[in-house]
Amino acid sequence: MKLELRGITKRFGDLVANDRIDLTFEPGRIHALLGENGAGKSTLMNVLYGLYTPDEGQILVNSEPVEFAGPGQAMAAGIGMVHQHFMLVPVFTVAENVVLGHEPTGPLGLIGLDRARALVRDISARFGFDVDPDALIEDLPVGVQQRVEIIKALSRDAEVLILDEPTAVLTPQETDELIEIMRQLRDAGTSIVFITHKLREVRAIADEITVIRRGKVVGTATAQDTEAELASLMVGRAVSLGVEKAPAQLADGEFTVSGLVVTDAVGRRVVDDVGFTVRGGEVLAIAGVQGNGQTELTEAILGLRTPIAGSIVLDGTELTGLSVNDVLDSGVGFVPEDRSTDGLIGSFSVAENIILDQHDRPPYARGIAMDLRVVRERSEAFVEEFDVRTPSVEAPISTLSGGNQQKVVLAREMSRPLKLFIASQPTRGLDVGSIEFVHKRIVAERDHGTPVIIVSTELDEVMALADRIAVMYRGKIIGIVGGDVDRDVLGLMMAGVAPESAEQEAAEHPTLLHEADVIADDQQSEEPS
Amino acid sequence: MTQEPENPESPVVPEQDPGTGARGNRDATRPDDQWLRDAMHRMLTSNWLVTLLAIVAALVISGVLIAIADEDVREASTYFFARPLDTVSAAWNSVAGAYASLFRGAVFDFQAPTLARAIRPITETMVAATPLIFAALGLGMGFRSGLFNIGAQGQVLMGAAAATYVGITWSLPVVVHVVMAVIAAMVVGGLWAGIAGFLKARTGASEVIVTIMLNWIAIWLVTYLLTTTVLRQGGSRPISPAVGENARLPLLFGEGFRLHWGFLLALGAAALVWWLMERSTIGFKFRAVGANMDAARTAGINVNMIFVFVMVTAGILAGLGGAAQILGTDKTLQAGSAGSIGFDAITVALLGRSRPLGTVLAALLFGALRAGSPLMQTVSNTPIDIVLVIQAVIVLFIAAPPLVRSIFFLPSPDRPRRVKEVAA
Repeated sequence: MKLELRGITKRFGDLVANDRIDLTFEPGRIHALLGENGAGKSTLMNVLYGLYTPDEGQILVNSEPVEFAGPGQAMAAGIGMVHQHFMLVPVFTVAENVVLGHEPTGPLGLIGLDRARALVRDISARFGFDVDPDALIEDLPVGVQQRVEIIKALSRDAEVLILDEPTAVLTPQETDELIEIMRQLRDAGTSIVFITHKLREVRAIADEITVIRRGKVVGTATAQDTEAELASLMVGRAVSLGVEKAPAQLADGEFTVSGLVVTDAVGRRVVDDVGFTVRGGEVLAIAGVQGNGQTELTEAILGLRTPIAGSIVLDGTELTGLSVNDVLDSGVGFVPEDRSTDGLIGSFSVAENIILDQHDRPPYARGIAMDLRVVRERSEAFVEEFDVRTPSVEAPISTLSGGNQQKVVLAREMSRPLKLFIASQPTRGLDVGSIEFVHKRIVAERDHGTPVIIVSTELDEVMALADRIAVMYRGKIIGIVGGDVDRDVLGLMMAGVAPESAEQEAAEHPTLLHEADVIADDQQSEEPS
Repeated sequence: MTQEPENPESPVVPEQDPGTGARGNRDATRPDDQWLRDAMHRMLTSNWLVTLLAIVAALVISGVLIAIADEDVREASTYFFARPLDTVSAAWNSVAGAYASLFRGAVFDFQAPTLARAIRPITETMVAATPLIFAALGLGMGFRSGLFNIGAQGQVLMGAAAATYVGITWSLPVVVHVVMAVIAAMVVGGLWAGIAGFLKARTGASEVIVTIMLNWIAIWLVTYLLTTTVLRQGGSRPISPAVGENARLPLLFGEGFRLHWGFLLALGAAALVWWLMERSTIGFKFRAVGANMDAARTAGINVNMIFVFVMVTAGILAGLGGAAQILGTDKTLQAGSAGSIGFDAITVALLGRSRPLGTVLAALLFGALRAGSPLMQTVSNTPIDIVLVIQAVIVLFIAAPPLVRSIFFLPSPDRPRRVKEVAA
């Protein structure tokens, strides 16, 4: 099936999210759509999937114009989509999820679950998926859940499969398996649309690459182009992908967590006997796949959660049992992982967000009276220093882009003398320019002699910033390794393999992405660009 | 490969973060009456124009009801097809007559023989508005702090009971007595509301449920006190003796008018609440908790403490409303003294969008409806219940801004929402 988009334009008010986009997806090709967050990739795919109606333009299936009033019609036309956040019912089995919405029914309208099981087995066998139709979704690892989503799409005879940021939640090894699946599907004639902002993956598997920037197609590229070339096309200017930093200069200041245990609402140990030490002037990255206890660990440090055992000591002061306010007062700067929920108050102004945790002390307040003039002056200074692009400090923060919002959070947390700086997912959802800025500020804080903890699920970010890396898996720290560790080793550790055996295994079975890197490095050294 | 030199920071499509992932168990503490909070949020963010148009629409719809209920109109309509203009003019007469008498009863009586009688209606409106202003100010603070306090009724009643107790049992000199009675009402009202705040902070109990239940407890507790103990007058009627002369709020314009100092106190309270919410660190915390509880907590604000604080403040204001009603207007306490002040105050706070100025204006509107309705009934024979219809229809429209906008062909103010909301 050949799918074409012609002149697709989608506007939201004054905002043109898609501007006359032309694209053709050929059968049996992996077509990567590369673009930054906010470039309009997802809008385009939602148009294709019938979730949005385009303002202008046409969708053609096998050269016939079609219109989709909803996902049902798109599915009927042979378009399947695997969303970034899976659309699965956790308490249903694989088979039940696959047939959900178009259940095969027997006499009396009873669901024919046997047929559903057979369907799952059939598709699994065809592509070697190894999925048990009777397993409950909630018991399955994320990588397998994703395969269930793919089976779901294939079971509706999808000939075009859209994968929206499919690797965001996967370990490198799981990514590898996904790439293998994508290749098999391609060889079987399925057209695959692969949406991503990860350059490395694009180069490893795409047959065609289309780059989208601010709603427009700005160019096409091939897998032979270097990452730097792809990045500059994506961003619109030359970018430096790495982070420049000198070797860590250890300073005074020590932050130690030992024997920390945190349980969730139902009593599971989400942080299980975690211990580590960070010295002043170094960055400890806590790596791991999302949901392995990193969030709970940072919340326990900040005092948002009460640990049931263990201690958290900053420069000799015990932090456990203190209120959030006291923890902040003892010199902890904290960038939460979800800035829109925990970091910012959307309806408050930029200025109010900058002083959020300092609003009730001098110089912002005397007694209970706030000094709005000082608030304004200081926040204007911070906006200047952190290069926040905002019409004024009175503008509601929700009108700013993600990058500028994150700069406001950084400005707030870094605007006072710190004894410890913790940042969770500091660059999630940011454009490349903001990522550069945030990374520079974090390195500057480290060079200032502050102990820094970075929690990130992005391997690239971990590798770029860390002096040492602690990998969390199911609430435990599986190992702490140096910042120069091999990517594959890190990937295996994120999947729960102990450091020693991870090293061995990585040497024996390098991942596809790893090999692609090596080849690319060779090419680059042969013909320097 | 081509490159356009462009500034990467200029407007981008606001897209949601690629992943929020597992959010831990803090969601479990989120109240499950989220729909109520969302509805409340919608009412608070609707703009002034919508509020005004809602009032206009309510008056129009009530006008239709007034016409239908009118005898002359119904009579004329029996021969509508023969002489349609009769029906139209009868309808016009009934609606115009009703609203004119409402105006005369609530604002300015242009048919009155003396100036004093002519301006008396507006002072009556202020008298009726006084307790509403107090109670609605407190409720509005709660709404902006994310607390849906339904308990103004009970808080007003408890404040009124406390003021009455001090007023009838203590014997104090002139200024001191009324001040003590007012303070007693504030303390008791604040404590009564504080129960709900404490339960929410300690156990997560929904303040909606707890305050509704506390209303009932307050009503029957006051009835008990009126029939059995200290507040009892003697005789069979559940009514207290009149409060002492010294405990009464002084009249503003002498005996001819019922308007008392409570009204000025209410305006003062409105100014104070404005300062507290907009210019003080306390209000900053209140607003932060109301707008984003998680972010407030992460910024070191003790959210549970704020819950108690907000409820106590709201209770103090509602208690003041009760004191004003007894010490200023009624002089004696009955189980029905609070009337529907506590519930009307919810509407007033929503109508005033929880802002002090808006609350004062909305309370004056409701006070006017209340003050004007008796004259409307006697002069133009319009049922007094029509006032309740007007109030209810206003609420209905305020709660559904898109409805008002479509009636009056206003554009939708919703900015393009996050592009990825469907996919995420």
